[in-house]
Amino acid sequence: MIAVSGVAVIPLLLLAARSLAQSWFWPSLLPPVWSIRAWQYVFSPTAEVFPALTTSLTIALAVTLLAVTVSLPAARVLAWQEFRGKRAVIFALLLPVLTPPLAATMGVHALFLRYGLTDTLIGVALSHLISTVPYATLMLTGSFSRFDPDYEAQARTLGADGFDVWRHVTFPAIAPGLAVAASFAFLISWSQYLTTLLIGGGRILTLPLTLVAFQRGGDEAIAAALSLVFLAPAAAAAFSVARFLKEEPVGKI
Amino acid sequence: MPKNFNVRRWLMLSPVLAVIGVLFVGGLALAAAQSLGYFAPLGESALTFRHYAALINDREVYASLWLTLKLAAVATFISAVGGLALALGLREAARRSRVVNLLLQIPLSVPHLAMAGALITVIAPSGLLARAAYAAGLIQQPADFPALINDRYGAGIVLAYVLKEVPFIALMTLALLARLGDEYEQAARVLGASRWQRFRYVTLPLVAPAVVSASLLVFAFIFGAFEVPFILGRPFPAMLSVVAQQRYLDANLVMRPGAIALAVFSTLLTAALAWAYLRLTRALLGLERPFIL
Repeated sequence: MIAVSGVAVIPLLLLAARSLAQSWFWPSLLPPVWSIRAWQYVFSPTAEVFPALTTSLTIALAVTLLAVTVSLPAARVLAWQEFRGKRAVIFALLLPVLTPPLAATMGVHALFLRYGLTDTLIGVALSHLISTVPYATLMLTGSFSRFDPDYEAQARTLGADGFDVWRHVTFPAIAPGLAVAASFAFLISWSQYLTTLLIGGGRILTLPLTLVAFQRGGDEAIAAALSLVFLAPAAAAAFSVARFLKEEPVGKI
Repeated sequence: MPKNFNVRRWLMLSPVLAVIGVLFVGGLALAAAQSLGYFAPLGESALTFRHYAALINDREVYASLWLTLKLAAVATFISAVGGLALALGLREAARRSRVVNLLLQIPLSVPHLAMAGALITVIAPSGLLARAAYAAGLIQQPADFPALINDRYGAGIVLAYVLKEVPFIALMTLALLARLGDEYEQAARVLGASRWQRFRYVTLPLVAPAVVSASLLVFAFIFGAFEVPFILGRPFPAMLSVVAQQRYLDANLVMRPGAIALAVFSTLLTAALAWAYLRLTRALLGLERPFIL
């Protein structure tokens, strides 16, 4: 238990310490001089951090909304109905989960070049759907399959119309699963590096791209501060749904 | 049209099928076409396998493939064993308090890039571990510290994934354990089964589906991973995705069809390995549906 807390929290503390260390040369165990220079830089209006944060948030929120909307009707069908071709549909959903996304992304790059979608926010957001939609659909299928469709029938017998049934019966029942699926879609999109680099052509600068620039550029304090800025929304998304995780299976980031 | 064709059903499936059909299947098909001699920017327009033939004679590809297989297998194995052990160890605690789930959630939500960055601070030649070793009088200078990042064995890469994936496999296993309850184990205990027997013949078969499916996801993910080996690995040999990405974005466009061929090959190989793994675990463990997703 203590070991788990240690492993979970120590990297975060280290990043915090590194971001506040002015110069931390070998072999001092603690930074000799503390400084908020890195944080001043991260929050300064001239730095590229704020635009990158906005770009990342825009893309991740759009992807989350799109992925969940696209997945909901399909998950309903997959959870409640048996039909010819169902195995094929599930196979098609598992393929992007079980294989690296790079080859498909390269093809999408060629496709988007033709339609002027490369180097655009829309193109990048669409390309993130490759890895988010299969997860969202599979997770939501799990939520729907734990809900008995007879409840919907009962509500309808009692005179509720389609929207009322959704609002008062189905939605409350699958809401936890919906929250979990949405948070994982957000996390996946938020963490994308390679797909954004290829489709965005280096013009769409999200937070991970900016972070790598600093990691490679060698300013460790700024890279550490940026890492914390980068992981805060991801952790917030995960924590806000953590209480549902006991009932819902976990997804993969 | 077959008479039981349900228009409404396929209409509801169509948004997802459109996304996967256009972006994944379409993207993969277009990539395959480009790697088979239809790469328009270079004026190629005839079927050829030469970009694949070139991979066969490419020493960097061999080194990269071997490294990728090795690191993915090692990291997955350690994560599966560690995740299972952690889940069984935390089972009681997890039943009593939600904090366990929450703690395991932290490393899971840390993006790989941030994890790699945090690791550098610790295991680099002048990192905290090396400084602690110096303070303890074990080493005299950073060069004496064993190389754990950008090293021959990919130790840093494996460590980064183990830190991320042990909690993932533990959470999947804990979720399954919570749903199963402990009646079977109680029954085995009443019938006089020893600790080891209860683990081997009751608990292990029960949690196998979770561990099998989670480790398959982990293996497939690490096999195609980019960020961690990009930050913590060596330029040569690099993992497959890193090599494919570098060649794809090379200033010389001539490199591109070969890079795409490498990425397509990597996709096909992962699909084949996933299929073989599912077959194998089904044969060994008698699992019908290993997926609990």
